[in-house]
Amino acid sequence: MAEELLYWQALNRALDAEMAADESVFTLGEDVGLYGGSYRVTEGLYARYGEWRVRDTPISENSFTGLGVGAAMVGMRPVVEIMTVNFALLALDAIINMAAKIPFMSGGQFAMPLVVRMPGGVAKQLAAQHSQRLEHTLMNVPGLRIAVPATPQDAYWQLRQAVASEDPVIVLEHELLYFSKGPVDFAAPAPPMHRAAVRRPGGDVTLVAYSRMAEVALEAAQELAKDNIEAEVIDLRSLSPIDWDTCADSLARTHRLLIVEEDCRFAGAGAEIAATLGERCFFDLDGPVRRVAGLDMPTPFNGDLEAASIPRVADIVAAVRELCLAGARK
Amino acid sequence: MERETLHSFLRDMLLARAFEERAAEEYSKGNIAGFLHLYPGEEAVAVGVIRAVEPSDYIVSTYREHVHALVRGVPPGQVMAELFGRTDGVCGGMGGSMHLFDRQRRFMGGYAIVGETYPVALGVAYAIAMRELPEAVVCFFGDGAVNQGTFHESLNMAALWRLPVLFVCENNQYQIGTDVHRHSAVTEMHKRAHAYNIPAEKVDGMDVFKVHDAARHALDRIRSGSGPQFIEYTTYRFRGHSMADPGAYRPPVEVRAYQANDPVSAAVKDLEFRYPNAEELAQAGPDNIHRLAERGRSAGHLSEEDVQAIEEEVGKIVEEAVQYALRSPQPAMDDAWKHLYHNRRHEVLI
Repeated sequence: MAEELLYWQALNRALDAEMAADESVFTLGEDVGLYGGSYRVTEGLYARYGEWRVRDTPISENSFTGLGVGAAMVGMRPVVEIMTVNFALLALDAIINMAAKIPFMSGGQFAMPLVVRMPGGVAKQLAAQHSQRLEHTLMNVPGLRIAVPATPQDAYWQLRQAVASEDPVIVLEHELLYFSKGPVDFAAPAPPMHRAAVRRPGGDVTLVAYSRMAEVALEAAQELAKDNIEAEVIDLRSLSPIDWDTCADSLARTHRLLIVEEDCRFAGAGAEIAATLGERCFFDLDGPVRRVAGLDMPTPFNGDLEAASIPRVADIVAAVRELCLAGARK
Repeated sequence: MERETLHSFLRDMLLARAFEERAAEEYSKGNIAGFLHLYPGEEAVAVGVIRAVEPSDYIVSTYREHVHALVRGVPPGQVMAELFGRTDGVCGGMGGSMHLFDRQRRFMGGYAIVGETYPVALGVAYAIAMRELPEAVVCFFGDGAVNQGTFHESLNMAALWRLPVLFVCENNQYQIGTDVHRHSAVTEMHKRAHAYNIPAEKVDGMDVFKVHDAARHALDRIRSGSGPQFIEYTTYRFRGHSMADPGAYRPPVEVRAYQANDPVSAAVKDLEFRYPNAEELAQAGPDNIHRLAERGRSAGHLSEEDVQAIEEEVGKIVEEAVQYALRSPQPAMDDAWKHLYHNRRHEVLI
């Protein structure tokens, strides 16, 4: 029986369920305790589990993320909240040099059951330092897993799976998704954490997206349907590893690929997706792989410019039309 | 001083010295590649501290950690094989000289990014505190590492939550090639700990007994719930920063002065110095006479020949370690893949 929940509530329920089930699960970060979390994800947990399991930290990202690493090495299952992805730049040593490498460098002696949650993306006029996407940086680090839930159901499933993982998992949450609503079925069996989801079937073009852009791509697909263009929308759900099979199956039917990403275009997540699917599916494709991506600039503060700096429904619709037209001419 | 303690300290220090000098030799022969940071001169710190630690405690160390691992009980063959990058190395050849890990012995790694040992120690200590266990974590770092942000971040959190960490600063007075007066506004590192209300002291790191006593007392305080403790040991490395560094920035007179104060020979001297003479025996009270006499006899038995015996013993151990490393096969790429993702053992990946 599904329950309608907001994205943050789904995360909260997932964390609560994991903490109730296993005493080695604890969470820490800035304002996660008494305050309840900047986006309410840890609301109520401090009262339920106490200060040792819901730990308010000083503003010391590298060290409290590293604390998570050390605790994970001795069998705890820490869930580190970095208030926003932007501050994760201060914790990259702990994430990249430590969490991702210790299991490997130790010859497999240590598992790393560490979760690092961080909200990111372009929100509402938070300016360049608070509107970043770091998936490109993290995707290039072998040893990390990256979950990018777009729906409350996935937020619930993937956070629980992240906590259960023996590998370090980065959960990239989107600031504009926290208050989006959707059904969450607590009893339904979860697909693997890295399995992509076909959000909408269609035979004319494949739209590959993730996180908030999966929603935007769905809206665009509905627009396109009015013109009898049926777009298949794939929500990747995971950026490391990426479920290439689901994408390739779709391309074998649609023969056209458009990648939608909020990340900056240059060397962004979409570049990797385009390259791999271009290599693998070259003979299935009727035309070049296209990307609709964030502009290669820091996010402008001005609201109109900000909105225009990342993919909008109209941008996707226009790109798909061009792609389909090019294919038709052939 | 207990004869046995003294005897075993000396053995550990001589083994450490012989191991490191042999590693340098193997490096020159090409059996060891990459960065190799050696410990001669600083043995008293590793030996004195780690011999004060319980098996249930944890050690977090830096990239100059071969000796820490050896004293902790990692078999010398496994350490040498790791330096050689071989399958039988303690990390299967995936870590190398700077990244020795031994989970079973709670040796939580060598870290090659300066300042990483603090947060790891913090996390292990946090887990100990949560589980209310009588364990402690020893966190090693050098004088150069006190200028990293993690030093301040982690000391603050350790003190705030009274975590069971013994911070051990190995102050060898050089941050690679920059001497302490040129890299730190405060050259007495223990003073920095006071800023976070962490009890701290400065101890002669060339005297293994002083090192040991200070560590033991600090660990006792930690176990009694006093929270983190900090010891700065002043020491000196006889070699350059790594094998790639001839150490030309240090005045020869300074190197010679410290070598004259070599902790290994100091321990030998100490051994001889402490022989009780007849007068001391006579002055000791009735209760102590027997003990003193016993100690004197033991020490008398030890003397020079015993030192030679230890040297022979450690020489043999090191030779065996090298042979073990040479015999060990090179790892294959499949071994490397196997260590990358733990989940892969249980799942079908796409």
